Amino acid sequence: MDEPIETADLVDRAVGAGEWRRVSPKYVWVDLVGSAIGWVITVAALCLPAILSGLEWLWLLPAPFAIIAILVIAFTPRRVRAIGYRMRDDDLLFRRGIMFARVVAVPYGRMQLVDINRGPIARAFGLAELKLVTAAAASGVTIPGLPEADAEQLRDRLVELAETRRAGL
Amino acid sequence: MTGESLADGQWHRLHPMTPLLRGGIAFVAILGVILVNLRDLWVDIILGPVVGDDGTPGEDEPVQWLLTSQWLGLALAVVAVVLFLVVFGFWLSWRMHLFRVTDELVEVRSGVLFRTHRRGRLDRIQGVNVVRPLLARIVGAAKLDVAVAGQDGNIPLAFLGSKQADALRADILGLAAGARGGQATAVAAGSGSIIQDRVAELLAPELDPAAAPPASVVQMHPARLAGSLLLSTTTIIALVLIGVIISIISATGELVVLVTVVPILIGLVGVTVQRFTKSLRYSIAATPDGIRVGYGLLSTANETLPPGRIHAVHIHQPLLWRPFGWWAITISRATTQSMDSSGNRASTSLLPVGDLDDVRRVLGLVLPDLADDTESILAGITGSGEAGGFTVSPPRARLVRWFSRRRNGIAIASGALLLRTGAVWRQLSVVPLARIQSVSLSRGMLARAQRLAAIEAHVVGAASSPRVGALDEADAAGWFGTIADRARTAIAEDRTHRWRADAADAAPQPVDAAAQPVDTAAQPVDTVAQPADADVRQDAPAEPAAGGPA
Repeated sequence: MDEPIETADLVDRAVGAGEWRRVSPKYVWVDLVGSAIGWVITVAALCLPAILSGLEWLWLLPAPFAIIAILVIAFTPRRVRAIGYRMRDDDLLFRRGIMFARVVAVPYGRMQLVDINRGPIARAFGLAELKLVTAAAASGVTIPGLPEADAEQLRDRLVELAETRRAGL
Repeated sequence: MTGESLADGQWHRLHPMTPLLRGGIAFVAILGVILVNLRDLWVDIILGPVVGDDGTPGEDEPVQWLLTSQWLGLALAVVAVVLFLVVFGFWLSWRMHLFRVTDELVEVRSGVLFRTHRRGRLDRIQGVNVVRPLLARIVGAAKLDVAVAGQDGNIPLAFLGSKQADALRADILGLAAGARGGQATAVAAGSGSIIQDRVAELLAPELDPAAAPPASVVQMHPARLAGSLLLSTTTIIALVLIGVIISIISATGELVVLVTVVPILIGLVGVTVQRFTKSLRYSIAATPDGIRVGYGLLSTANETLPPGRIHAVHIHQPLLWRPFGWWAITISRATTQSMDSSGNRASTSLLPVGDLDDVRRVLGLVLPDLADDTESILAGITGSGEAGGFTVSPPRARLVRWFSRRRNGIAIASGALLLRTGAVWRQLSVVPLARIQSVSLSRGMLARAQRLAAIEAHVVGAASSPRVGALDEADAAGWFGTIADRARTAIAEDRTHRWRADAADAAPQPVDAAAQPVDTAAQPVDTVAQPADADVRQDAPAEPAAGGPA
C-alpha cells in the first residue's frame, strides 16, 4: 500500500498549489508549556497512589500516561509546523493536525465575526490567536500562534473581505 | 376591526382577549374551583342555614367563623382588592404590550415592571408561524410567531385577531421579500354575526385559499400515519417495558412495579396520540413567499418558510418503515425556539411520513431543480454505486463500511450537495450549495493508514453536520476543492435574502438605501422553492409606487 499523502499536499493537488502561511515558530513553546502543565499535573496525581502506598505495581498506573505525554510533547514541533492557513480569492483555507488532520474552507462572506484572544502564555511570547465564527457551530476555525501585529492585520483584512462579499445566512 | 393594515409602522395593541387566553383562563379556573368548594356555603346562604347537624360544622369551618365574626367586611374588602389588582394587572400588561412592523423590522415592547423591547430584522426572518390553540380558535384569535435567526430567536405576537394574523403574516412576508408596493393587506371586515364568523373560521381550510393553492401536495393517509407511529422506537420501548413488567410480575408476584411503569406507558401513549393528532391534518404547499406547512387537528399551526431559509434537508428511513417504503423528511433551520405551552412550535419536520412520490413532491417545493433530476434523486434516496454521479467509498473501505461501502457516497446535482449514507438506516442529506457555511476535509489515524478521508459540510442549525466518511483520500480532496468552488459561486449568485427584490426592482421604484445591493440583471433564483417571477400578490394595490417611502 502506498504511503498516505500529507493532507496539505492532497488539498494542493485538488485546488492548485499555493503558499500556506505558517504560524510563528514561537508557538511551539506556547503549546509545549500549555500541554506540559496539564500532563505534569495528571501524571503527578497518578503517581500519588504508588508513592503513598509504596506498592511497586501501582507505578503501572501513571506509566501509559507518561508515555503518551512524552509522545505528545515530542511531536509538538511537527504538529505546530502542520498548522497553516491560505487566503484564496474568495475563501480562507485552514489546516491543522497530522495524525488527526483537518482542512476547512470558509468563504469570506460567511464570516459572522472575528475574535482575537490572547492567553497568558501566548501573551508572554507576544502571540495571539484568531478565531473565525460562522453561523454554523461546526466550522471551528481558530488560528493560533500569530504575532499580535499580524493577527490584527489579518483580522482587519478578513473583516474587509467579509464586508465586500457579504451574503445572507 | 378597522380594515387597515397592521404593518403601517405604528404601534398597535394585541387582541383584547389576550389576557384571558394567556393565563387569565387559569385565574378564572382557580376562582371557579374555590367557589365550587364552598358549595355548602352557597346552599346555606340561599336556602337558609340547615339546622340539625350543628355538632359537625364540616370543612368550611373557617369560612363559617368568618361569616359570623366582625371581620367579614374586612375579609371581603381584601378579596375585592386582590381581585381588582389581578384584573388590573392583566389589563395593564395588555395595555403595555405594543408591537409595530416597519419596512425594516418587527418590534415588540412588553412588561409592566420588567420592560423588554425586542427588535427583529425583517431580512433575517426564518419563518412566520400562525398558531391557533383550541381556545384561541374558538374566540377567533391566533398567535403570530416571527422566527428570526438565532437561539430562542422568535418574536411572538400573542394574540391577534385570526384574520389580522393572516393579513399581518402576508404583510411581514411581503416586506421581508423586498417586494415594495406589495404591502397594506387590508383586514377583511367580518360579515354577518360573530357566531357565523367563528363557525366559518373553524371550518375553513388550513391554508388560506386566497394566499395558497388550496391543495396540499401531499395527502396524509390516517392509516399510514398510524402505522408509521406504531412502527417507531417509542413503540418498541413500550413493548419492551410491557414485556419486562409481565416477566417481573410473573416471577415475583409483586404488583408494585406497575406503579413506576404505568405512568411511563401513559406518557408514551400520550406522546404518540399527540403526534398523531398533530400530523393528521398535515398539509404542505407552495406560496409565492415560500413553503407553507400546516399541522394540527384541534390546535393548529401553520408556518411559512421563505425561500432560502432551509439550510439542509434530511431524507431518512427508519429500519421498520423499510418494508412499506415510507420515508420522513426533516430540515435544518437557523432558528431554535423554546417549546410553548400549546406544544406547537416551529417544526423541523417537513414530512412526518410519506412514500417516495411524496418525498419527491416535498423536495420539489424546496429544491425544484433537484426534484426534476430524477436520476440523481432516486440514486440518492434508494440507490447505491456510481449511478447518478455519486462517488462512493473505494473497495478497501469495506473494513469500516461493512454493508454500506457502495451506498456511502457524495454527489453534486442541480445546485445541491448530496451526502448519501447508511445501507441499513438509509439517509440522504441535501445541502443547497448556497447555504453551505464552510466545508472540511478530515481524517483520523485509522483513516490515514487506509488512505481514506471524510467530507463534512457545515450548515446552520444541524445538530451534527452532514458528513460522508471513508472516501478515497484523493477523491475526498477533489470534492473538497469542488465544493469550495461551487459553494463560492452559488453564494455569490444567491438572491433569496430578499426573495422578491428582483421582481420589485424591475418596476420603477425609489431606491431604498438600506436594501442590499441587488444585481439589476434579474437573476433566476435557482435554489428557492418558488421562482421569483412576476408573482405579484393578487391583493396588492394596482399602482406600484403606493408602498414606497415618500
